[in-house]
Amino acid sequence: MNIMETRKNEPVRIGFYVCHCGVNIAHMVDVEAVAKYVATLPNVVVSRNYKYMCSDPGQEMIQKDIREQRLNRVVVAACSPLLHEHTFRGATEAGGLNPFYFQMVNIREHNSWVHTDRLEATRKAMALARAAIQRVPHHKPLEVKKVPINPDVLIVGGGIAGIHAAITMANAGKKVYLVEKEPSIGGHMAMFDKTFPTLDCAMCVLSPKMATVGSHPNITLWTYSEVVKVDGYVGNFKVTVRRKPRYIIEDLCTGCQECVANCVYKEPKFPDAFNLGLGKRKPVYMPFAQAIPSIAIIDPEVCLNFKRGKNPDGSYTVSDKCKKLCVVACGDRKAIDFSQKAEDKEITVGTIIMATGFKTFDPRRTPYYGYGVYPNVYTALELERVINASGPTEGHLVMRNGKEPKRVAIVHCVGSRDENTNRWCSRVCCLYSLKLAHLILEHTDAEVYNFYIDMRTPGKSMEEFYNRVAEEGMHLVRGRVADVYPDPNDTASGRLIVQAEDTLTNRILKIPVDMVVLSVGLEPRPEAEDLRRLFNLSCSSEGWFLERHPKLAPVSTFTDGIFLAGCCQGPKDIPDSVAQAGAAAAEAFSLIDKGYVEQEPNTAFVLAEECSGCKSCIPLCPYTAISFNEETKKAFINEALCKGCGTCVAACPSGSIVQNLFEDQEIFSEIDGVLAPLPQ
Amino acid sequence: MSDSTNKTPDGNWTPRIVAFFCNWCTYTAADLAGVSRMKYASNIRVIRLMCSGRVDPQFVVDAFAKGADGVLIGGCHPNDCHYVEGNYKCLRRYQMLKRMIADMGIEPDRLRLEWISAAEGEKVRRVVNEMVETVKQLGPLGIPAKFEQWDKEMNALAEHVAASQGAGAPGSSGQNKPQTAQTAHV
Ligand SMILES: Cc1cc2nc3c(=O)[nH]c(=O)nc-3n(C[C@H](O)[C@H](O)[C@H](O)COP(=O)(O)OP(=O)(O)OC[C@H]3O[C@@H](n4cnc5c(N)ncnc54)[C@H](O)[C@@H]3O)c2cc1C
Ligand code: SF4
Ligand code: SF4
Ligand code: FES
Repeated sequence: MNIMETRKNEPVRIGFYVCHCGVNIAHMVDVEAVAKYVATLPNVVVSRNYKYMCSDPGQEMIQKDIREQRLNRVVVAACSPLLHEHTFRGATEAGGLNPFYFQMVNIREHNSWVHTDRLEATRKAMALARAAIQRVPHHKPLEVKKVPINPDVLIVGGGIAGIHAAITMANAGKKVYLVEKEPSIGGHMAMFDKTFPTLDCAMCVLSPKMATVGSHPNITLWTYSEVVKVDGYVGNFKVTVRRKPRYIIEDLCTGCQECVANCVYKEPKFPDAFNLGLGKRKPVYMPFAQAIPSIAIIDPEVCLNFKRGKNPDGSYTVSDKCKKLCVVACGDRKAIDFSQKAEDKEITVGTIIMATGFKTFDPRRTPYYGYGVYPNVYTALELERVINASGPTEGHLVMRNGKEPKRVAIVHCVGSRDENTNRWCSRVCCLYSLKLAHLILEHTDAEVYNFYIDMRTPGKSMEEFYNRVAEEGMHLVRGRVADVYPDPNDTASGRLIVQAEDTLTNRILKIPVDMVVLSVGLEPRPEAEDLRRLFNLSCSSEGWFLERHPKLAPVSTFTDGIFLAGCCQGPKDIPDSVAQAGAAAAEAFSLIDKGYVEQEPNTAFVLAEECSGCKSCIPLCPYTAISFNEETKKAFINEALCKGCGTCVAACPSGSIVQNLFEDQEIFSEIDGVLAPLPQ
Repeated sequence: MSDSTNKTPDGNWTPRIVAFFCNWCTYTAADLAGVSRMKYASNIRVIRLMCSGRVDPQFVVDAFAKGADGVLIGGCHPNDCHYVEGNYKCLRRYQMLKRMIADMGIEPDRLRLEWISAAEGEKVRRVVNEMVETVKQLGPLGIPAKFEQWDKEMNALAEHVAASQGAGAPGSSGQNKPQTAQTAHV
């Protein structure tokens, strides 16, 4: 016989369990005293304390008591409900009760971990426990709603993390939308020459993956596009993607680049963004040789066939002033379309993976390093391009003046581990600095100085990598560089003096060099804040997307169905970005393959008999879940639309709206419980 | 329940603060403060709601009536509410509540609303400590004791009325109450 049925009309019988959490709770809360106190409260049948309530024996204890002591309510005082509510609801259900007869009391995160007075912490635990004991008699059996999940997935950002997640999902037969802001996927990795710790060529490993994305039947790739609107919830997100005009019809362009070759500009003239302005391109161009999709793009800012300047709506007006040799060259393919407009696409997906990456620190914020002032000061990313065989100098390490440097200083921790800029360690800079030092030695006869604060090389094979390249003849100086300034004895050549204190020998060093490379740190992207709002995510105080739990839910977010991969969650290297992308894909799968999402039954409903028909609630609902029945003159809440915020409940003047799990009576008894006098 | 203000076992008064935290931001921030082992005053009792928009003004009044010395409401920052705009609804009610409790003779500083995002564990620590300090300065509110006092006065009044009217028509006594109340106190 169904236990729940037989127990419907029985008096309330509560089982109470307080957890020691090893010593995490017990060291600050006298758990025995709490259990003893709770045993004296009305309706409490059993009151126990146990070392680890979430362990199997702990959960079995609850189930056994439900059966043997005929419990019909369960209260556990332990960690945060955000962590283990699910576990104990499960145990309650396994014991034969409706899982919503359970209530959790947070005495770890909200108590033992944050307080220092054992007596006060114990009294607080008693008060919180009492609130739950008074609350549970009002609990009603509820049913979890199952909503079917849309199996399609959206991935935002086409760096290595987004690429890996997209291929993983697509290979398993899921339909993937990959949205990338730039004209090509690839992200930062596409800019590198070689990668630590293996020193294999970045493009050799990346470009096959990029090509797979471009040709995979299950992947819809939208580059030069951005998400502009997100509605709905896990299982059913409605997303609007804006495709910016590239003035080339993607389906018709074959990537031949005849247009580029025949442009009225015979020579490239405009700074090339992919090469960070170190190289030049024409108004019509291919983002870079291995770009995916392999489709040209026209820059209306400089193309002669457009009027100068943007219209207020962001579009450009065709001037028709150019001879349009590109169009002639394109010929029958007819791929060029100057009238192309931004286009909004609406898609529905069940899950979303954020992989929007990072930006590098702008060293203009540390003016003492002279970036932007002295032409021979470079960022590490710029050096990546200069040293890259497909970069602006075709891999010849020459400076802006065309000369090869004889001495190079690499300055670590620029915009990292610094109170005045960013406090965090960017994790990859020591390693990429060593990589760059190795590459400089490989390309030139230069002397290389690495100025570091601490040499941080954690991770598999990384220390070995350090040991290997450190022996190649670079100078390693332990000390933060204080200043970079022109050599007063040699103003003509652009030579610079790097001043630092060598903290191992306690000497001030002034080293003349030809080139300075700033190992800039990793930062959240400037638009991360907008993205966070758009996708309803949280950010850490630094601005990285916040994971649901730093240890146990590292790729989940507080918004169900949205996952994180790569550097948008924090600085990390490529192996970790890829690992996280795999994890995010797996999390998305486990949702999709279940076929449905379970929704907390915390929706609201109107007690029709009591509704006065005042309509106060109707405009309050952000999901327009409330409608008005003109015949009965009563409000009605569509359960499928209600998300359970409770705003209408708090507003109804006649108290006729009830929110499941958060009924007025439940809250009032909690208020009463936390304030009730405690034994002295 | 002769004295419902909160006393530690050594007999000193210590404030009790009831907090209503929204599940998505402030409650999570308080969890983060815990995980980061930040330390703050233990006078706070958090009640979890899904959104600050669920905070019914009656909850606040009820908390004061049942003996809270302060009430703290925590929600997501403007534009960040998990349910779009519950926090704006909360803000409106909060402004109304501030005036209302002042009319009731409760110092408005005993009620505080704070936007605390899931990342701001440190802000939970600071706000709770500040709130406890403020309420300590204000001293015990002791509404339940006041209620008892009022009850006693009302009872005394009723007796006084009954006595002064002797066996007179009981139905008319109610209307005279306010007047007699004043005379009774003079
Ligand atoms: C100088 C330097 C050298 C490095 N060298 C190495 C190395 O040798 N080995 C190693 O392991 N790691 C190295 N790293 C670290 C490596 O760059 C990162 O681990 C890796 O790039 C992270 O990949 P990602 O996909 O998370 O981010 P990204 O590479 O930043 O890619 C993010 C992508 O998302 C797109 N995007 C951003 N916002 C949006 C939006 N709103 N909508 C759509 N798309 C968007 C971006 O355009 C980009 O394509 C280095 C880093 C630097 C700075
Ligand atoms: S606010 Fe309450 S009484 Fe007014 S219409 Fe809505 S449910 Fe009915
Ligand atoms: S609880 Fe919130 S979502 Fe549900 S009907 Fe009320 S206002 Fe709308
Ligand atoms: S969910 Fe935090 S205020 Fe609405």
